[in-house]
Amino acid sequence: MTKVSMRVNGKAVTAEVEGRTLLVEALRGPLGLTGTHVGCDTSQCGACVVHVDGKAVKACTMFAAEAEGAEVTTIEGMANADGSLGVIQQAFQDHHGLQCGFCTPGMVMSAAALLKDNPKPSEAEIRHYLEGNICRCTGYHNIVKAIQAASGQDVAIAAE
Amino acid sequence: MYAFDLERPTTLADAIAALKGEDAQALGGGQTLIPTLKQRLAMPAKLVSLAGVDEIKGICRNDAGRLCVGGGTTHGEIAAQSDYPALAALAGRIGDPAVRNRGTIGGSVANNDPSACYPAACLASGATIVTDRGEYAADDFFQGMFTTSLAEGEIVTEVRFPIPEAANYQKFAQPASRFPLVGVFVARFADGVRVAVTGASEGGVFRWSEAETALSSDFSVGALEGLSASAEGLITDLHGSADYRAHLIKVLTGRAVTAAA
Ligand SMILES: Cc1cc2nc3c(=O)[nH]c(=O)nc-3n(C[C@H](O)[C@H](O)[C@H](O)COP(=O)(O)OP(=O)(O)OC[C@H]3O[C@@H](n4cnc5c(N)ncnc54)[C@H](O)[C@@H]3O)c2cc1C
Ligand code: FES
Ligand code: FES
Repeated sequence: MTKVSMRVNGKAVTAEVEGRTLLVEALRGPLGLTGTHVGCDTSQCGACVVHVDGKAVKACTMFAAEAEGAEVTTIEGMANADGSLGVIQQAFQDHHGLQCGFCTPGMVMSAAALLKDNPKPSEAEIRHYLEGNICRCTGYHNIVKAIQAASGQDVAIAAE
Repeated sequence: MYAFDLERPTTLADAIAALKGEDAQALGGGQTLIPTLKQRLAMPAKLVSLAGVDEIKGICRNDAGRLCVGGGTTHGEIAAQSDYPALAALAGRIGDPAVRNRGTIGGSVANNDPSACYPAACLASGATIVTDRGEYAADDFFQGMFTTSLAEGEIVTEVRFPIPEAANYQKFAQPASRFPLVGVFVARFADGVRVAVTGASEGGVFRWSEAETALSSDFSVGALEGLSASAEGLITDLHGSADYRAHLIKVLTGRAVTAAA
């Protein structure tokens, strides 16, 4: 076991991990942050997306020890300081961008990474960016709408 | 996953030394290796993460005008460079943003997945693969499915791309994996055209020499008329037959020529 120290959602934390411990396992286990989900074993579903040093990564496809010294943001860090939903989260609620909610943490983290690089993405850009986030419920339209709304744009998609 | 030690060297010299141990394996971005470990298809005793080795990261132009890409450079960084647009476009369509933020060119060429994108760019560009032990021409480096010239513990430190006058990569994505079902990279240089095909052959990435000859004298879709890629040795799987892949090779080559011209 080795010790890994990082900042998660602005707080300095340490956890005891093995070489093979995945970042998502450290987050969900010793750090108790179960908002980040695991939906697959093949790095394809995106339910586990978090930000490491500002970049979207799959927490199931990175070892915890590799996050030593890093700044990690998870879905738990997306709410406002008073505990109310952040802009993207609220838009998902308003536009019915979730059903079972399993993919939602990853969707919100990917959306946040997209809007940081591209504050006014087109519908096509949103869909392209979400290629690695799989949702088995919504059919994606309402997720795209929620992200359009969160970016302050009109909610309109070509499929309608 | 089986248990293993994870080392995180910060210099190339330390990484080389760490890889000398028995059953030690390099870890690039982990976007192929970690899923492989989860399936217990690999069982190294030690993983040596190259993520902290800054010496093998970054992109520059050398004196010969070549684009020099460090082996530890991510797909996302390669997608953001503008010196070689066709290479940027290829990198920007690998997997998804999270894969591109971790996965590296060194890991991709070392792995030589028969459906990987970079091997086509390397072969069509006539790139040089540089390691801690020497240099290989792309024509010699890729030796068949998941097979390269790399010896145990050898590290890809850089890939050097001559920049063509015109180039384009066409990827026909397999919708579930987002890897190419077939991908074709066409590159036109002053002294001729090179065409490299990935995703199609049991032997891994290869050059379509008939198309190269035809396109070198006439760089137009018309030059491909009358040619057909042979289905012999091509992959047949649940996603497509060898004949279908052969058909795609010609269609995608034509599209790449149109896009590049
Ligand atoms: C959902 C998904 C979709 C993808 N889609 C595509 C796609 O469309 N096209 C495509 O080309 N790829 C695709 N990939 C694969 C991706 O590009 C990987 O990043 C790449 O194949 C491996 O790079 P890595 O840095 O992650 O290497 P790792 O997974 O860390 O390592 C792969 C292999 O290379 C070795 N290695 C790593 N770095 C080096 C080095 N510098 N020198 C020597 N050996 C090294 C390792 O020991 C290992 O054997 C996809 C992956 C995922 C998860
Ligand atoms: S859990 Fe599916 S990509 Fe990470
Ligand atoms: S809301 Fe159920 S998987 Fe997306």
